[in-house]
Amino acid sequence: MEAYINGIGITSPQKTVEQDGFLSNVVEYSSDYMKCVEPAFKNYLSPGFSRRMSRILKLSLVAAKICLNEVKIEKPDAIITATGLGCLDDTEKVLNSILENNESFLSPTSFIHSTHNTISSQIAIYLKCHSYNLTFSHRTFSFESAILNCMIFLTENSNVNVLIGGVDEITPTLFDIGCKSIYKKIPKSNLDMLKEKTRGAYAGEGMAFFILSSKKKNNCYAKISSVETIYNPDDVYSVELKIKNTIDRTGLTIENIDAVMLGLNGDSESDCYYQAIMNSLFKDKILLYYKHLCGEYFTSTSFALWCCANIIKQQFVPPILKMNNNQDKPINNILIYNQFKNKNHSLILLQKC
Amino acid sequence: MEKLIVELKQNIVKNLNLEEVSWQDIETDAPLFVEGLGLDSIDALELIVMLEMNYGIKIESSETGKRILYSVKTMAETIIANKQDT
Amino acid sequence: MQERVFVTGIGAITGIGKNTVEIFNSLLSEQSGIRSISFLDTIHKDEIPICEVKAMNDELHELAKTSLKSSFTRTALLGMIAAKEALTNSCIQNLSEKRTGLISATTVGGMDKTEQHFKDYINGNKYNDFVCSHDSGDSTEKIADYLGIKDYVSTLSTACSASANAIIFGTQLIKHGILDRAIVGGTDALTKFTLNGFNTLLILTKEKCRPFDQNRSGLALGEGAGYLVLESKKSIEDDNKNIICEITGYGNACDAFHQTATSPNGYGPYLAMQKAIEMSGLNSNQIQYINAHGTGTPNNDLTEGKAIERIFSRNIPYISSTKGYTGHLLAAAGSVEAIISCLTIKKNIIFPNLNFKEPMKDLSFSPTNRIINNVEVENIMSNSIGFGGNNSSLIFSRC
Repeated sequence: MEAYINGIGITSPQKTVEQDGFLSNVVEYSSDYMKCVEPAFKNYLSPGFSRRMSRILKLSLVAAKICLNEVKIEKPDAIITATGLGCLDDTEKVLNSILENNESFLSPTSFIHSTHNTISSQIAIYLKCHSYNLTFSHRTFSFESAILNCMIFLTENSNVNVLIGGVDEITPTLFDIGCKSIYKKIPKSNLDMLKEKTRGAYAGEGMAFFILSSKKKNNCYAKISSVETIYNPDDVYSVELKIKNTIDRTGLTIENIDAVMLGLNGDSESDCYYQAIMNSLFKDKILLYYKHLCGEYFTSTSFALWCCANIIKQQFVPPILKMNNNQDKPINNILIYNQFKNKNHSLILLQKC
Repeated sequence: MEKLIVELKQNIVKNLNLEEVSWQDIETDAPLFVEGLGLDSIDALELIVMLEMNYGIKIESSETGKRILYSVKTMAETIIANKQDT
Repeated sequence: MQERVFVTGIGAITGIGKNTVEIFNSLLSEQSGIRSISFLDTIHKDEIPICEVKAMNDELHELAKTSLKSSFTRTALLGMIAAKEALTNSCIQNLSEKRTGLISATTVGGMDKTEQHFKDYINGNKYNDFVCSHDSGDSTEKIADYLGIKDYVSTLSTACSASANAIIFGTQLIKHGILDRAIVGGTDALTKFTLNGFNTLLILTKEKCRPFDQNRSGLALGEGAGYLVLESKKSIEDDNKNIICEITGYGNACDAFHQTATSPNGYGPYLAMQKAIEMSGLNSNQIQYINAHGTGTPNNDLTEGKAIERIFSRNIPYISSTKGYTGHLLAAAGSVEAIISCLTIKKNIIFPNLNFKEPMKDLSFSPTNRIINNVEVENIMSNSIGFGGNNSSLIFSRC
């Protein structure tokens, strides 16, 4: 099973809409968390259509629209969205209303838009698209589940194009609550993420959409050859074994992997899980990281996928992504590896095509 | 009545996020749904909540809602009638 | 060559029974579980009828044999109980000898605990275990850990069609040789969040839930969980298993009309049904029974009815909605109703559409309002029509 990335649209804490160069003008943060650089919504969405929409919906629709425009597709053959926490802003409004007003005066719009599948459905309504439509919501497996489901869809149907997206938002409330467990404030600069050895990750958000197709089109970025999720591994060796198997299945070997994009997030308690594998399997690879640019959120591998697809297409690695100084060479095969709480490990293998 | 009608029109624009409409453009007697402003069923539900929160009018079925929310005028008349009853 | 997929185990907990035996007995004795609110702490206690699982969390802990001190949400507990029954029912002894996954579905996730503790979280009170139980993946992982499943886990969240989609995804994973077995289904607990949310949409009935009745006035919310064990043909042959039925078709389509209402001609549901029938290779007149989504709202029953008429025209099979028994289980509706469909095939009984009195003027058919015994149903279609236009249909066939 494989899928060709023929189009991408992304809103993120970096300048990824109407971008001028690939991460040439990096946005630096020294605030609590990273927030999406917002486009002028009225350039993409009519005020009438978007008047009820929360931020996450508008940002997602813009990203989806940009993606579809790139491939000049009006209606995809399927829409599959991934979101770890769904439409938080609307969820908070409903909760606050119920608690503060003793279950009265609840806004119907906020409730309607609080369900996780709102993003997928609103895209379908916007496009008047009646095709296959799904939403996955499982922590850091959400986006990878969507990719796997997409690959199954591409296998079951011939010559089709699927719109797939990874979407999660950050709100002040989520950040405050998250600081008790997984987040920390950005003390100086997001770009210093790996220098601090403290507990907690920088929080972020992003909405990335891709057209994945059965066939390669003219401006194809790369192909996804394999996707794997590893749940609750017994130890680091079982993770290593799964990584090797995932690569083997595509006919490649570890030696063929040119670069590895890692989900390090600056949390000393979490990043240690990458160390063993970095020192064994990935010792001689070009090592990359991305969460200093977008922050930690459940579907952040969609931002990583945007980075890697562009690296392969442009055969250029922006210096800001590099962790080590391994010599530059042609980048034909990239492995994205992310993990959450040592319980949810995921892999996406990307190849030049 | 006049003051109430202005207030209702401002609430409609605010609650329904009608960015491109100014309250002065809303005709008092014109239908709010399908024709006129062209509001939809979700807007109706929002206005029902607004009427309860601001004016104590409780609407429990869509049929009653359709009648009361027909126009700004019918909304104002219901509010005034309700005040007189209580 | 794609694998065929069979159901070998079922497990459920709902407001009409804490396991499939109790549920079957309630179905047979036409006992609805919809009552006034007993357990949920809400101002609507005496106003809105719902179908609660007749057990507080303490009792659920006992049923699941988990410690009262453990941090399981109600959604997770319901799921654990139902999934465990399904696994036991399928007689799987050794999970690790074959690639076994868990695909679950939920809409509320851990909201039952979040809404209790939200103020604590915001006010910076002591860190509470349930903070990390809010998201959709939590109940799935709690179930996976409880059963010992590691090969594959995922969660779907497409509102009322979520567990039907979980069944579809599990079927796809087996068909394409990614898994040998999958436990699939969904779980949702009743919460103030959903009760008030649906109430503000004016679609909850304050009377009886009357699917497909001219005087229907809305839906009654329910809670519960339902899981099925799916296996490949090879997996069954290896173990000489009992088969309940086969999944012979599925369809997923989007209505793309409105966030909460289905299009007047029911286009999305029509497409989902059509795709399922096409995949099964059956003619529509080979479907003997439809377990309809049938929520009892004016919009759903009319639009679903129109879609059914379009597919089946004059040859409309037996139809019933079983939501008059269980209420609307939201994400768990698809899987619980799939289980009821399995019981229909296993026991040769079609369960009635409760509270039906007057046919809908706009439809050419009426639902079955009495139990039909001794009927060998060969093929059943089960519909799920979700908010946001996420529509799915499943076809189960006798083996």
